[in-house]
Amino acid sequence: MSSEIRFTDFKSDKQPTWCPGCGDFGTMNGMMKGLAETGNDPDNTFVVAGIGCSGKIGTYMHSYALHGVHGRALPVGTGVKLARPDIEVMVAGGDGDGYSIGAGHFVHAVRRNVDMTYVVMDNRIYGLTKGQASPTSRPDFETSTSPEGPKQPPVNPHALALASGATFIAQSFSSDALRHQEIIQEAIEHDGFGFVNVYSPCVTFNDVDTYDYFRDSLVDLAETDHDRTDYEAAKEVILDSDKEYQGILYQDEESVPYHEQHGVDEDMSVIPDGAPEGATDLVREFY
Amino acid sequence: MPADFNWAVGGEAGDGIDSTGKIFAQALSRSGRHVFTSKDFASRIRGGYTAYKIRTSVDKVQSVVDRLDVLIALTPRTIEENLDELHDGSVIIYDGDRTTMQNVEIPGEMVGLDVPLKRLAEEAGGAIMRNVVALGAACEVAEFPIENLDSALEKRFADKGQKLVDNNKEAARAGQSYVAEEYDHEFDYELETTDNDYVLLNGDEAIGMGAIAAGCRFYSGYPITPATDVMTYLTGRIEQYGGHVVQAEDELSAINMALGAARGGARAMTATSGPGIDLMTETFGLIATSETPLVICNVMRSGPSTGMPTKQEQGDLNHMLYGGHGEIPRFVLAPTTVAECFWKTVEAFNLAEKYQIPVYLTGDLAMAVTEETFPPEAFDMDAVEIDRGFVVDESTIDDHLTESGGFKPHEITDDGISPRALPGTADGAHMSTGLEHDEQGRRTEDTDMRVEQVDKRNRKVETAQEREDWSPREFGEADAENLVISWGSNEGALVEALDLLADDGTDVRVLSVPYLFPRPDLSEAVAAAENVIVVECNNTGQFADIVEHDVLERVDRINKYTGVRFKADELADDIKETLEASQ
Repeated sequence: MSSEIRFTDFKSDKQPTWCPGCGDFGTMNGMMKGLAETGNDPDNTFVVAGIGCSGKIGTYMHSYALHGVHGRALPVGTGVKLARPDIEVMVAGGDGDGYSIGAGHFVHAVRRNVDMTYVVMDNRIYGLTKGQASPTSRPDFETSTSPEGPKQPPVNPHALALASGATFIAQSFSSDALRHQEIIQEAIEHDGFGFVNVYSPCVTFNDVDTYDYFRDSLVDLAETDHDRTDYEAAKEVILDSDKEYQGILYQDEESVPYHEQHGVDEDMSVIPDGAPEGATDLVREFY
Repeated sequence: MPADFNWAVGGEAGDGIDSTGKIFAQALSRSGRHVFTSKDFASRIRGGYTAYKIRTSVDKVQSVVDRLDVLIALTPRTIEENLDELHDGSVIIYDGDRTTMQNVEIPGEMVGLDVPLKRLAEEAGGAIMRNVVALGAACEVAEFPIENLDSALEKRFADKGQKLVDNNKEAARAGQSYVAEEYDHEFDYELETTDNDYVLLNGDEAIGMGAIAAGCRFYSGYPITPATDVMTYLTGRIEQYGGHVVQAEDELSAINMALGAARGGARAMTATSGPGIDLMTETFGLIATSETPLVICNVMRSGPSTGMPTKQEQGDLNHMLYGGHGEIPRFVLAPTTVAECFWKTVEAFNLAEKYQIPVYLTGDLAMAVTEETFPPEAFDMDAVEIDRGFVVDESTIDDHLTESGGFKPHEITDDGISPRALPGTADGAHMSTGLEHDEQGRRTEDTDMRVEQVDKRNRKVETAQEREDWSPREFGEADAENLVISWGSNEGALVEALDLLADDGTDVRVLSVPYLFPRPDLSEAVAAAENVIVVECNNTGQFADIVEHDVLERVDRINKYTGVRFKADELADDIKETLEASQ
């Protein structure tokens, strides 16, 4: 079946309500293409979405999906994947969802290294609530709730991931369609937690982190001699605050995903129509 | 009231009180005696006061009482804490060599047995066995065949090698002979043994075992007293049945992981207590709106806030019935005994999947930590039935697709129950969401669809009310003029109180309610009774309020919120007083 799958099969019949020009269109296209290219089809794919503009992605894509509570998409994805190792799981959210209300879950999802993909549509702004500072906003970025800027350093998601023991850390840009799709595909194929932060510009509320800004400033690691498997090199580019990078910043080739560490490989949806065989042993234990 | 024997061991946290008590309880259970235990414990790792109490009889025992016959006291405070329960014939076993116990005074006519626990333990192979020496001494006092203790020691230490088992047996015998030789005293106790087989377990273990029996394969939780034992029980066991336990970073994550597993088609559960329920409530509405079958176990403890984390309370009833913003359909079950913890867990999973709804499974601290004996048939695995509800597959899904081929997970149906397609089912791909949605799960704010979906979700509850049995459990005299209503773990104490009251000439009918929503209609029972009392472990009488609301009549209330569960004799007195006051 998968050979006949085209990326448009992952498109639902709902028209996106994102603003014209929103970076999320490109981000979503790359996700759909990545899923199709890696041999998945909508019936064996589960997309978990958070809350915010990015959270709407579950509605615009066609697959099994859950659009959940703000900030909790990663735990949901974890549950789906552990219960159903046969299902491809992709979790998507925004910078607020992932690095603010869900920051705690991000750290632990990274540590767990469950074999799923996490795509963060990072526009450095709260768009759906009409323009407040996000955890990745610049310190001097003026918004309705931070008239003089948030005056706090932005969260560095890659550094947070690295410090939490990430095995795959990548950055893409929604308007560089080809590279974005390639990076998503690599994240899907990675044996473990594939984390991709995507610069996905908000054309309505963010006049600083724009398409032009990223186009002009992004350095593609694929065009440098960056060795993604070199932890020290990864640290260097991740902590380099003078430049914006795209590409795969770090990949642990020795990554052992959660299900291998813990021997979780069964489809948990299949159970017998009575107590499982041998269950009486459980009673006997209490003699 | 059965001819019972009441025993306790007490000391500081870190003295091995819990395992000592458990060994003795096991010995009694293996000797064919019934056992009912309780624990006094504090939220600390070392120091303070902690005790493990056992009530035992050849007949069924299902409550603690205000009487203590033999006490192993490792600290002076253990004696002080139990003065009310000790009586003139009580025996106190202690080690007078212990610095803090040197000048201990044995009150009144009680018998103090000064046994050099530590010295005898050292002689047997190590000071660590001093509590086992005390158990041997207790066997002598209670005329309880020490072979039963041997059997419990073997079970406890089998995986640590025969040498350790033998040393412990020797330590127990040292205690036994010391009392026999040094004390020329006739004690009043003689613990008979029987050929009956019993299993000994607590409520949390029964819930865990029920979950495995019911096909639960995924458990995620965050440690919290008194629910942690559910997770501890499942860890290492559920894997043998193809399942897995995840210790989540917090309760927000725990419930969302369970939700994810349930969306994947697994039977999933999380367990927590009050503070965790507060966090999980964030996701509760999503579970109901997305129509996800999920079992959420709330092992209640004393609140609000951190409250008394190691004490009993039934204070979360209103939260479980009404918690969460908006109007959330749900079921709320509250098993009334340790064995019922098992069966209600099985039932909770079936109800959750049949009606695609969140189910609160409500235990409480008293039941969670109480080890109680049952015949093994009380957990008959062959009687476990699994009903997964309305799940479609490739051959049946076509009837539930739109003209353009979209699956309808929230199809409007007469009984409110819609088809469920598990991931991997061809043509079943669909969105689940906390947003209001149409039949396909797509966001909508259409006024007609909104009303249809709300009605559909609530219709599931009406359907369940018609199709399922929500009866209360009944005890006592069916036509008595006095009716006592209770929910949750008070049942055992009430059933024993019935006997005490009957001896006194007071007939009582007891209705013990394990279903809080939907719940039984109690109007006829209330109307037929002269006096109605609702018994519960909280201050405001949350269930009494509900009964009044349901039956439109005032009821009397017995509330206990000291942090300690009801005791049978105390409850009998309370009921008598309440009846007298209402005359």
